[in-house]
Amino acid sequence: MNPRRQKRLLAVSAVVLVIGSAVGLMLYALNQNIDLFYTPSEIVDGKNGAVPVVGQRLRVGGLVVPGTVQRDQESLAVSFDLVDTGPVVTVSYNGILPDLFREGQGIVATGVLQAANHIVADEVLAKHDEEYMPPELAEQLKGIKHVKPGDASY
Amino acid sequence: MWSWLHPYAKTERAYALCNTLLPWFVWGALLTLIVGTVWGLMFAPSDYQQGDSFRIIYIHVPSALMSMGAYLAMAIAAFVGLVWQWRTAFMTMIAIAPVGAVMTFISLFTGAAWGKPMWGTWWVWDARLTSQLILLFLYLGVIALYKSFDDKQQAGKASGVMALVGVINLPIIHYSVEWWNTLHQGATITKFAKPSIAPEMLWPLLINLVGFALFIAAVSAVRLKNEILRRELHRPWVIKLLSESQQQGDNHRAV
Repeated sequence: MNPRRQKRLLAVSAVVLVIGSAVGLMLYALNQNIDLFYTPSEIVDGKNGAVPVVGQRLRVGGLVVPGTVQRDQESLAVSFDLVDTGPVVTVSYNGILPDLFREGQGIVATGVLQAANHIVADEVLAKHDEEYMPPELAEQLKGIKHVKPGDASY
Repeated sequence: MWSWLHPYAKTERAYALCNTLLPWFVWGALLTLIVGTVWGLMFAPSDYQQGDSFRIIYIHVPSALMSMGAYLAMAIAAFVGLVWQWRTAFMTMIAIAPVGAVMTFISLFTGAAWGKPMWGTWWVWDARLTSQLILLFLYLGVIALYKSFDDKQQAGKASGVMALVGVINLPIIHYSVEWWNTLHQGATITKFAKPSIAPEMLWPLLINLVGFALFIAAVSAVRLKNEILRRELHRPWVIKLLSESQQQGDNHRAV
């Protein structure tokens, strides 16, 4: 490689390296703020020593605790518990739930913290995992019987 | 390796290479895209949770993955152009850019159409979706910067630097679902573990991945050919080529 090319190679690599590390540091500094949601244990026990205050608008993401989904017979109001690895947070919501909402499913809810572990949500989104398989295989592997959203019992 | 690769810095050789490869790209893309899409949409089983809605994966995942692949190819071309100053390198870069931008748009669009029924929202500002949107802006930035110079060698240098710097976004897109908590789920196939998708669903997906790659290659090769012709109009070999095809066209009309 001739010296001029070598110089250009060095210069180009240096520019990419410097900007790369700048972006890396920026992302590292912003790390906590890029998270989409709090987990239930972060809401109750705090995240990096800061507990969200009552009245704060936030997102919570966790799994719907089986057996905690309560629907109001007269309206669309629904409440359910979310959990990750520790404490439980209760979510109240008034509206249409996404198709994928079911017990045990990952959910992300946006709303206002009403009490230390109670959130009144105005948006409920369903998360799904990266696994795709036909219903028969799911039944075999996980013991999950596929229920069409329309036939759900809750 | 250099002696083998170097002739393609010349536009005439690059043009000839495009001509040789193009039929393979076109027919390969046609074949794989038809087989993969028909298999995926009609014959693969439906998903245990998402039913038939999951079938959009056969467009969404290949377009998303290949939008990143095309970016990497574009950045490598930019790197070669900056360091070795091949003219064909910057031409290749700008040939790929709009194709990659369209792929990025398709991935964002199909993702939104998939997100609405499954997640319950068209868009959410989580790390994966946002970084993919930035990829689209990077593509558009490279194209815009290139178009804003009259001197195309200058244009290549400026937008080449931008393309190279943007490479940092690729690992961010890929690892965003691991580094931060996001609404988007983790990787299904691009990981070192066994793919978390049933084999009868995986095959059409892999075929479509190849199909999208070949499709991008085909369109980029056509664009590169055009770019070379446009930039080298005054060269003897182009004049000869054009007059030959002119004659052929006349003959066709006469018949």
